[in-house]
Amino acid sequence: MKKFNTHKGRTAPMDRANVDTDLIIPKQFLKSIKRSGFGPNLFDELRYHDQGEPGQDHSRRPVNADFPLNQARYQDASILLTRENFGCGSSREHAPWALDDHGFRVIIAPSFADIFYNNCFKNGLLPIVLEHALVEELFQEMYDNHGHELTVDLERQVIESPHGREIAFEIDAFRKHCLFHGLDDIGLTLESADSIRDFESRWEEQSPWLFGALK
Amino acid sequence: MGGKTLYDKLWDSHLVEQRADGSSLIYIDRQLIHEVTSPQAFEGLRLSGRRPWRVDANLAVPDHNVPTRHDERIGGIGGIVDPVSRLQVQTLNDNCKDFGIVEYDINDQRQGIVHVVGPEQGATLPGMTVVCGDSHTSTHGALGALAHGIGTSEVEHVLATQCLVQQKMKNMLVRVDGKLKPGVTAKDAVLAIIGEIGTAGGTGYAIEFGGEVIRDLSMEGRMTVCNMAIEAGARAGMIACDEKTIEYVKGRTYAPKGEMWHHAVAAWRDLHSDADAYFDGVVALQGEDIKPQVTWGTSPEMVLPVDGVLPDPAASDNATERESIERALAYMGLQPGMPITDIKLDKVFIGSCTNSRIEDLRAAAKVVAGKRVADSIRLAMVVPGSGEVKEQAEGEGLDKVFTDAGLEWREPGCSMCLAMNSDKLGNGEHCASTSNRNFEGRQGFGGRTHLVSPAMAAAAAVTGHFVDVREW
Ligand code: SF4
Repeated sequence: MKKFNTHKGRTAPMDRANVDTDLIIPKQFLKSIKRSGFGPNLFDELRYHDQGEPGQDHSRRPVNADFPLNQARYQDASILLTRENFGCGSSREHAPWALDDHGFRVIIAPSFADIFYNNCFKNGLLPIVLEHALVEELFQEMYDNHGHELTVDLERQVIESPHGREIAFEIDAFRKHCLFHGLDDIGLTLESADSIRDFESRWEEQSPWLFGALK
Repeated sequence: MGGKTLYDKLWDSHLVEQRADGSSLIYIDRQLIHEVTSPQAFEGLRLSGRRPWRVDANLAVPDHNVPTRHDERIGGIGGIVDPVSRLQVQTLNDNCKDFGIVEYDINDQRQGIVHVVGPEQGATLPGMTVVCGDSHTSTHGALGALAHGIGTSEVEHVLATQCLVQQKMKNMLVRVDGKLKPGVTAKDAVLAIIGEIGTAGGTGYAIEFGGEVIRDLSMEGRMTVCNMAIEAGARAGMIACDEKTIEYVKGRTYAPKGEMWHHAVAAWRDLHSDADAYFDGVVALQGEDIKPQVTWGTSPEMVLPVDGVLPDPAASDNATERESIERALAYMGLQPGMPITDIKLDKVFIGSCTNSRIEDLRAAAKVVAGKRVADSIRLAMVVPGSGEVKEQAEGEGLDKVFTDAGLEWREPGCSMCLAMNSDKLGNGEHCASTSNRNFEGRQGFGGRTHLVSPAMAAAAAVTGHFVDVREW
């Protein structure tokens, strides 16, 4: 997994609440058996006027010029500002894959859906929860300033805005550690293989009906 | 020290390791696998040279991409017309063969929607931890299990380690007291709950559903309720194990047998919250107050009783809310103040992991028996949740009731719940659907979904618009 230390980048808006994973990446793109290549279809139904299908030539599709990610001022943004309950709906990891593939590293919102929040960390994306009023201020700052940028310092757990203001954020210790060092979750868990085996044999003795063979 | 909730008990019994940083290693008894969220997980295993920790803990079944039309289905994987879907179903098949995982393949009699198949086969049991790369895994909580959806990285993690790294959630009790009125179902109850607490109301919580209404529900009804816990933001929904649960599990393929059955039942009797258990949040609804529900917008919380009228955005003083109502009305092509019963429908879909079990099909059949689908309806389809459900329904003659009334009777799968196969809504079409999500484009590009119970969907098929099934 990619390491995340400090990230400086341009902000872009997804200015609505309850953005669901179907909106982040529509289901027709979930048919891919790969992990990459979802970027061009991020927010597909908002970005293009036509109906997206896998394998299209995106450069020939009718682009929705009103959608912020299609506008010059938000090009190359890597920090997404959004509203409550971002990432609700399905558990598809294709949602963080698409955000990542498009170049996002940080998503800032007043709240996230649980599964999506968790999936972000598995892919080197940092979801940051801030109070509603602070998110609102960042939105205003971004709308008022072309080329608005933020710096996110994971180690210190602060967001630095252009005028030198610092906003602190919370993140739990384990997730921070893994993201900061870019650790492989599975490798980490396998360090506890002995405990897992111990647990398993006790559990099997206690509940043997959970260990029957399937056929 | 207070008592434990059901969630606390399930958590504690599966705790492998409690870490200093607050995270925990939780043992997983059963992983269900489908074709959409697993290819990258198997690929990950291959790349790192790892093998499944306990092959037997996994059960796979393709459901999202499988065609439901008989003529497309009989050709098996090779018969799937869309090459991208075909590749995904084939990839699941190949991966299961490679890693030795049991799969009910596309033409296996036991194939069906993963959340219908698990309980039906006894592959998910009370007291288990159950995961699947699918958010509606919460369904299995109806058996008194801890069940929730995970992402693909976690699918790989469970394959490789039989564990998940988790943070414990908070406890919420959602109680529905009293009785449901005739014509009001489990689906209406859960939609009413979501209307009450909102799509983020359960975020960070494991929800236990309780109260007389929940206890009175059949196991099918309980699965419908737990299925939609995720629509209220809660990863896991669950219901205490009782006699009904035990009766349901008895005799199923993978249920314990003989002496072991009695040991299992003894253990399962403790799968309920203690009387003095502490819940971080409690929500209570009264069963008698719940009417048949219909969603009018693009989020499950945008729901109203069938006798309601659509909201007026101008009446809202919160800007975010006003915008979301405006956007939803525009997307749905509906006007403020319009009665729900004036919404005209183009298609009707009875199916999905929410409502495709035998009881759902019986309820729908009862409504359409001896009647005809309205001329204005372009397509009305019934899609059983599994091959077993299909066979049982046909044994009861339900397929005949449906086809005589002009509904199509299909092969099992996710079908039009999410439009990854050839069953889709056209741009702008309104659909009465028994599924669980009404997001923009969920059932097809520009499609407009109204979530309802099977009986409400069936009645809408006959009349061409929504009607109050209580007056049916
Ligand atoms: S029926 Fe719908 S909600 Fe259920 S698993 Fe299939 S696609 Fe998901």
